[in-house]
Order: sequence, then structure tokens, then C-alpha cells
Amino acid sequence: MVTGSAPAGRHPREASLTQLAGSVPDPELPVITLAELGVLRRVAEPEPGHVRVELTPTYTGCPAIEAMAADIERVLREEGGAERVEVRTVLSPPWSSDDISEEGRRKLAEHGVAPPRAGARRAGPVLVGLSPTRHTHPAQAPAPEPVRCPNCGSAATELLSRFSSTACKALRRCTDCREPFDHFKEV
Amino acid sequence: MTATAPQALATLPLADDALILSHRLGEWAGHAPVLEEEMALANIALDLLGQARALYAGLAEVLGGEDEIAFLREERAFRNCQLVEQPNGDFAHTMVRQLFFSAYQQPLYARLSPVLPLAAKAASETAYHRDHAEQWTLRLGDGTEESHARTQRAADALWRYTGELFQPVEGLDVAWQELAEEWHADIRDVFGRAGLTVPEGPSEGAWSAGAGRQGLHTEPFGRLLAEMQHLHRSHPGATW
Repeated sequence: MVTGSAPAGRHPREASLTQLAGSVPDPELPVITLAELGVLRRVAEPEPGHVRVELTPTYTGCPAIEAMAADIERVLREEGGAERVEVRTVLSPPWSSDDISEEGRRKLAEHGVAPPRAGARRAGPVLVGLSPTRHTHPAQAPAPEPVRCPNCGSAATELLSRFSSTACKALRRCTDCREPFDHFKEV
Repeated sequence: MTATAPQALATLPLADDALILSHRLGEWAGHAPVLEEEMALANIALDLLGQARALYAGLAEVLGGEDEIAFLREERAFRNCQLVEQPNGDFAHTMVRQLFFSAYQQPLYARLSPVLPLAAKAASETAYHRDHAEQWTLRLGDGTEESHARTQRAADALWRYTGELFQPVEGLDVAWQELAEEWHADIRDVFGRAGLTVPEGPSEGAWSAGAGRQGLHTEPFGRLLAEMQHLHRSHPGATW
């Protein structure tokens, strides 16, 4: 995915625009950037001053995509010298939680959000069991590894709700330190 | 797997299914039995709304902007199946409707993913919806006498709307018969584990309902549209 360093042979101007657009913080999880989240697909400048950006949503209905597009447009105008910015949403290939960078995962955990476990793209969505208030044993497909508590690191965590404050997160609780926490779902 | 891209307007039934079910699920806001379910139903509604918007965007040249498509069409122009327009009823009723629909929508999107950009993404979202509905069907069906009775009642009441799901949608290259068989096997499996009886009544034909794909809808749909479209029609061009 897009990172700070430009791919070899890339036009330096486009590389710097990519870096600029990628540095925009996620509107709902401002601790990580759009580049780290892996939603920035492509930045091109087909003619001077005219910038085209391709974004992909984490979830189809994610309302943050509009805020992301507005933020990207603003930063490219104010700091990138763009006169015209077109932000297009692309759906294919679909975003996967595997697109979140190592640095993004580290920042999520530091912020108290358990990062998604790797390998979602190979394994398909990790389905988990449900009970009205708590659940200890995943009832469905075997999870590749336990979801660790971002506060104390314990692997003893249970699902409180498969849906949380945003579409991309589930709500869990650590049975050791007793803290509830968000878990970025694997998809 | 299908190899032909969907023809113009072929995706309209999928989009209308998603929009109307999204609206129905949105009606649970403030009424769900527990806070977690409030969030779950709102999240599922949001996924569906996103799918509808993405599909409407692809139809803009034929039908106009998304607001026009959602808020200015008359009842007969909607192509959603009748299952999704059925009122929420109690929580068991909503969950059985969710199971019946997501067990159809998920494999349908999966089959369309090579030719429809939205489909691969939506297939993984709806897999999560289907799993959510399955878990609740198991809990309610295999729960108390009361929850079992309500869930069975919901299944019996909604069964007549399931045959329509597998009527071929013109322009979508899908093996409908195979999809229907897969769906029935899936429902039999979940119902078996939940201790529920798969309804025996007809799910299609003269004795059943189901002509939403032709624009014929059940009585509650008019009231749904009235509520959904009222604001936009009363205040044309209103924005946030």
C-alpha cells in the first residue's frame, strides 16, 4: 500500500502528493493516517494542478468516506498546490483489514483498539459466536490467534457485541484487567 | 460462476432490496431489546444503505441521482422482493427475516463478485449479517418456550415470501435453481440446530405471495414509502 516512500520510477510530484494525501488522519480514528489504514489507492496528476485520487471504503456504508474525501481535497489544495481535486471511490478489489500497515496496527493498539489479526484475506471474514451479553468461546470458524487486550496484553478476552461504535469494530472485554475495548474486525 | 456483466437496470432489484431492508432495520433504532442489538441492527442497516447507494450510483445515467431514485419513485417502480418490506414484528420476526434474506443475499453477491465491483465487498459484509442472524435464530429457537414459539411463528409467517427470492432477475446471469437449493439446505441446517421446523406451506405459486420484482408490493410497503419519502417530498432539495 501507499507509504511515505515513493515506489521506484514514480514521478516525484505524484509521490509527494501521495504522501500528502496519505498523511490525512482517519476522521473516526485520528491516531492513524489514511495511508496506514490502506484506503488510499492511487494519486495521480494527469495535468498540472489537476489531481485525481482513488479511495476505497473500509465498509460500503462507511460514512467517514465523505469526510476523508473532503480532508484530502483540502490538504491537496492548501499544501499540494492543487487547483482541482477529484476524489473517486473505488470498490474493487475490496479493502481488507490486511491492508492496514504494521505502523497502523501498532498505533491502533497504542490507542486502545485491538488491531485486526493478519490473514483475513486468505481466511475470509472471521466469524465469531454471540450471546446477549458475553461470549468466551468463538463458536464458528477457528480464529487464527486470540484477540489480545490492548491495555494489558492478555489473550483472555471475550466478545461483548459483534458490532460496536463503527461498522469496522466489535466490542470485547478483557477477563483479566476487566477493561472493555474495541476490536478492529477482520475482513 | 457467471461470466456476463449485469445488464442495465439488472442491479436495481438488488439495490432496492438493500435500501428497503435498511429502512426497516433503521426502525429498530431506539426500540431494540438491548443496546448491543441496537448497534448491531444500525450497523447492518448502514452496510445495506451503502450497498444500495453504490448500486444506485451505477444506475444514475438511467434513473437519475440517488435521492431521486430513493425518494421520488412511486411504489410500482420499486423492484425489491416482498420479504424485505415486511414489517419488523417482534425481535424474532426481524431475526428470521434477516436469516432468510441474508442467506440469499450473501451467496448471490458471492456469485456476482467477478462481474459486479460492489459484490465481493458486499459478500463479506453480508456473511457477517448472516452469521448474526444464525446465532440469534439458534438462541431463540433453542431458547425458552416463548422464544421458540415466536421464532417458529415468524418462520411460518415469512415463508410465503421466500419463493420469490429465486425468481430469475432479468439481466443477472445466476444459476437460480442452484442458489435456491443452497439456500434451502442452509435454512434446513440452521433450523435443525435451532429445533425449529422448516415450514411446509408453499413458498411460491398461486398460494404464495411474491411479485415485488414486478413492482407489486404488499400493503405495508405504501406506509413504509410514505415515511421514508415524506421529508424529501415535503422539502424538495433539502440538505443537511
